[in-house]
Amino acid sequence: MRRQSAEAGASRPHRVAFYNNPTVRGAAYQLALLVALLWFGYEFALNAKANLEAQRITSGFGFLGNTAGFGVNQSLIPYSETDTYGRVFLVGLLNTLLVSGLGIALATILGFLIGIARLSPNWLLARLAGGYVELIRNLPLLFQILFWYLAVLGTLPNPRQAVSLFGGVFLTNRGIILPAPVAGEGSIYVFAALMLAIIATCALARWARRRLERTGRQFPTFRAGAALIIGLPLMALIATSFPIGIERPELRGFNFVGGMRLVPEFVALLVALVTYTAAFIAEVVRAGILAVPRGQTEAAQALGFRRGKTLRLIVVPQALRVIVPPLTNQYLNLTKNSSLAVAIGYPDLFAVFAGTALNQTGQAIEIIVITMAVYLSISLLTSLAMNWYNARVRLSER
Amino acid sequence: MKRAISMLGVALALGAWADAASAQTFKTVTDRGSLICGVSQGLPGFSLPDDKGNWTGLDVDFCRAIAAAIFNDPGKVKFSPLSAKDRFEALRSREIDVLARNTTWTSSRDTSLGLNFAAVNYYDGQGFMVRKALKVNSALELNGASVCTQTGTTTELNLADYFRANNMKYEVIAFATADETVKAYEGGRCDAFTTDVSQLYSEKLKLANSNDHVILPEVISKEPLGPAVRHGDDQWFDVVKWVHYAMLNAEELGVSQKTIDEALKSSLPEIKRLVGTEGNYGEQLGLTKDWVVRIVKHVGNYGESFDRNVGTGSKLGISRGLNRLWTKGGIQYAPPIR
Repeated sequence: MRRQSAEAGASRPHRVAFYNNPTVRGAAYQLALLVALLWFGYEFALNAKANLEAQRITSGFGFLGNTAGFGVNQSLIPYSETDTYGRVFLVGLLNTLLVSGLGIALATILGFLIGIARLSPNWLLARLAGGYVELIRNLPLLFQILFWYLAVLGTLPNPRQAVSLFGGVFLTNRGIILPAPVAGEGSIYVFAALMLAIIATCALARWARRRLERTGRQFPTFRAGAALIIGLPLMALIATSFPIGIERPELRGFNFVGGMRLVPEFVALLVALVTYTAAFIAEVVRAGILAVPRGQTEAAQALGFRRGKTLRLIVVPQALRVIVPPLTNQYLNLTKNSSLAVAIGYPDLFAVFAGTALNQTGQAIEIIVITMAVYLSISLLTSLAMNWYNARVRLSER
Repeated sequence: MKRAISMLGVALALGAWADAASAQTFKTVTDRGSLICGVSQGLPGFSLPDDKGNWTGLDVDFCRAIAAAIFNDPGKVKFSPLSAKDRFEALRSREIDVLARNTTWTSSRDTSLGLNFAAVNYYDGQGFMVRKALKVNSALELNGASVCTQTGTTTELNLADYFRANNMKYEVIAFATADETVKAYEGGRCDAFTTDVSQLYSEKLKLANSNDHVILPEVISKEPLGPAVRHGDDQWFDVVKWVHYAMLNAEELGVSQKTIDEALKSSLPEIKRLVGTEGNYGEQLGLTKDWVVRIVKHVGNYGESFDRNVGTGSKLGISRGLNRLWTKGGIQYAPPIR
């Protein structure tokens, strides 16, 4: 017996008890934590359900199929009062995505312009951009939204005394009214031509880039692309004898009829979000550009690059590495800040679904959970896209 | 933000403490030594703080009457101003003991929100206010109009129903608070402002040029407004309900702030039961024998409260209408105290 155990000990000299194995221990602790969390979540859900039943508060997701019964003043999809809460959710979600998507695009453009302007050798331009950033980013966003809504758009005249611009555009306190394009028969060809032109331009740009890398010969991509994108649809228009008309708005009764209308709630929210976020993006851009060593610019100049090309080919690609991660933060902030829409009655997801629908149904837990999940998904998707882009613009190290 | 916190509160309250559902609000209130009453964020006639911070109004009087009945002191009330959107969450999450915030009693609110309506202290209906300059004489001429309203109200639903039923188009702009709504209407964002008629009268007072606005004759809905308590707390429900009935009974029997001392000497059995010189009806509720005396002395009967706050004795000058006692052609009717 003694010999056997001594033999066993000798053949496995470093064997420790399984519960002392760090890997096993680590896994066990993590498993225990996971079980505890799941148990907590389960108990929470069970308890909430029991209490809701005890208090006779309706629970479950059945309400999504019930008729909502209230109106919404801006919807990207057809919506009427007889539609369901599920539809209200979609309407709110699309309104949130609309204002966030447009906001991100415009804030990026404005932010880049201001950020670059702040570094301009032109004294006045740089000071103006600096003043803009300091003024806008130091005022609360809610205040700015209310400013645009009440102090700017709210003071426009009523529709009967609307301010008319360029004949077809009307500024009123009911919104900005624009002539709307009306697609007639055959307009499908025009759209097809436009799509074709865009695809062709992308392919052309790719080819031109490859050729540049291979042979060093340049191709006027921008001019060729512009010619394609304008030329092809124009030819289609002529060929199909102008099927796209313009519908002009006209005053009838209380409001304008026809044309397109941007409701003031949307305009105020979009303008406030864009100007506010652009101030932060401008700083991000400025930091990114300043992070590129001056030697890079000097080297480019020594090689004979012109100023624009230096910026476009040398400085910005390197700056992007620094810019993209904080830029992602700003995009996420803009999306989340769009929920301030509730202050001015813009029907975004938070106002319409987590606000009105919650109040009419009283199902706080379900609606808050859905709303949280949606904002979380939007944010995670934005991060994912930006991380992918970040990986692409990263400095490739050898 | 406050709403978000209160919602989180609801979630936690519902999730974490299992037996809290049937908690004794009455005991909580007496232990605390004061009543917390959810009211509007400022609606003349119903609940509005004056320049010294004292709350007045029909709903405020109702809360004071409860405090008077319990503590013999109408000042032992803390008022918690709530938006239409936050009010039910506040009640459910126990931030307040009773919700007296011109709230419409509907079947779905009664059955699925975890609350009970104790009584109707104002029979109201929904109407429209427009600018006189629009030259609109009827709500049926509002086709195509932009209408401002407050979100999370029955108003929002009635509005949709009314325009749909009459085949009219409209644009609704829904704001979170009454002030934002009125501001938008005043700023010309909307052609019409819609809410309960009583509220239209009081908001009209707040407008800069109140004579430029007119309230249209149509009343498009039934809006019985009343105080609500949490579901499943019967004792507290009874107290709140009977405070309202006590005020109605007092008016019906001619017992007012002026006549209360005579009433105490009265030999009429009905009055004796009311003021507690006969029977122990107050004690059955968990209050004292003289509970009605306390209410009437400190606050007055229903008619006095009505006149002082919304009726002919107030700036609003709304006629009693449906809110007259049943003996005078109205529908305010209280079961007897016996």
